[in-house]
Amino acid sequence: MSVTLIMGLYVFVLAVFVGWQVISKVPHLLHTPLMSATNAISGISLVGSMVAAGSGHDVTTTLLGSIAVTAATINVVGGFLITDRMLRMFRKR
Amino acid sequence: MNTIVQLLYLGASTLFILGLGAMNKTESARRGVQLAEIGMLLAVVGTLLHHEIVEYHWIVISIVVGAGIGTAMGLFIPMVKMPERIALSHAFGGLAVALVGVSEYLRHGADASALTMTAVGFEVFLGALTFTGSLIAFGKLQGMVPGRPVTWPLHNVGNLIAVVAALALITSLVIAPTPAAFYAVLALGTLVGITLVLPIGGADMPVVICLLNAYAGLAASATGFALGNNVLIICGALDGGSGLLLGMMMSKAMNRSFRDVMFGATGSSAGAAVTVGSAAPAATAANVGTIDDAAEVLRAARSVIIVPGYGMAVSQAQHAVRDLAGALAAAGVEVRYAIHPVAGRMPGHMNVLLAEASVPYEQLFDLDSINDEFAATDVAVVVGASDVVNPAARTQPSSPIFGMPVLAVEQARSTIVFKRSFSPGFAGVENELFLRPATMMVLGDAKKSILALTHALKDELKLAA
Repeated sequence: MSVTLIMGLYVFVLAVFVGWQVISKVPHLLHTPLMSATNAISGISLVGSMVAAGSGHDVTTTLLGSIAVTAATINVVGGFLITDRMLRMFRKR
Repeated sequence: MNTIVQLLYLGASTLFILGLGAMNKTESARRGVQLAEIGMLLAVVGTLLHHEIVEYHWIVISIVVGAGIGTAMGLFIPMVKMPERIALSHAFGGLAVALVGVSEYLRHGADASALTMTAVGFEVFLGALTFTGSLIAFGKLQGMVPGRPVTWPLHNVGNLIAVVAALALITSLVIAPTPAAFYAVLALGTLVGITLVLPIGGADMPVVICLLNAYAGLAASATGFALGNNVLIICGALDGGSGLLLGMMMSKAMNRSFRDVMFGATGSSAGAAVTVGSAAPAATAANVGTIDDAAEVLRAARSVIIVPGYGMAVSQAQHAVRDLAGALAAAGVEVRYAIHPVAGRMPGHMNVLLAEASVPYEQLFDLDSINDEFAATDVAVVVGASDVVNPAARTQPSSPIFGMPVLAVEQARSTIVFKRSFSPGFAGVENELFLRPATMMVLGDAKKSILALTHALKDELKLAA
């Protein structure tokens, strides 16, 4: 097994543990905003999409990359906006 | 330059974790989301410095288009459509990941290492699965695809064979990559997404949505492995872990295992159970009341617990419910809300709808904290819920939902149930609560009924004053 794979697996497993700890502390009340927020964060695939769209390899990869960038940006922008919209509604009496 | 990019990614990862951490309290949640937004900005800026990027115009155009659509969706989607929006965004996430995988294969397929090829294989399979699975879930929520479980002979065996075939093809890609095998993995992912979600019934949607969230996360992590990019691995792990955790909480709240939800196709088996106690005598034995009858019961109450269910979302009765609670509170009645974890179609669905109607969150109580209070409560008001208040879950071992934690509304002195009809809940289970002498059924659209009831109560208040 290569060093890259081992390092990647370390990062993955540790991130799962951290995520589990952090997310298990979120109250039921906020589970929908939580889903919406993790959704926006998973729009991080934008990072891979941008590389695909901007690599200048050929028309096909640029096209696929551009569609991916659009889809991921919809999630990032829409996800963060709607999470904030929801959280603004949660108020005390 | 590469060091700067990596440091920006590290900063982004840290901000994402801190941001999610701040969501443990309502007061700090908005700040948490802002931290995550800054994190995303850092990651995007870092990527723009990536050495492989040589042209920027398509990136900019796509971001502008995506941001436009995202802004429109973010600002205008009504809160009752939140489960649909979440399903749709999982679909977009899956699509993006699958397309990145294909482009990765086209660019580096010939000289990819075993690790990269394995990761790309999983990325494409999971991405395509998340894409079509989420579209089917969206269709079911929207009513475009039948909400009941759609099954066919040996569908579980078929799915299993498809997954095994995909794994075999990914292995073959590592040994000797051929375009045919690669696109077969893509096709299998697309197919399994459809065949996995079609057999799952509407009531199990909260678990399915969480699982699709987990798949989307795993797919993003696979992308991270393929690109050797830690921020993708971390975000994917956070997203996947969150989806898995929420899904487990949801299945626990339904007393079902993941296996049951994914392979059980409920509704078909529970549907058979319904015929045992047929619905016709139920309707005659039940105590059906009018709006005025309900008003009379509530006028005598000192304490009320409101139990909302999916029916409240369907008839968009949340504002009417808030007004009813307001009228009761004005008459000195203590009003609280009891929220079952799987009420609705996704985790926290009821909380968001009631928050939209400006119900203060201190009045919302979850199952564990309020279940002992019903016995000391005058009236439990059930709005469009059935399975989550079904006493059979505690008393009848033969019931398909036996063992599921439910709200003990029947322990209240009396119960008023607002429901469209006597039809059983989405699990297809008969509800004995509706037949109890202390239960009054008010049939019809929940919103209309509750508006009329509030009106009646207010008129009485005016007369009294």
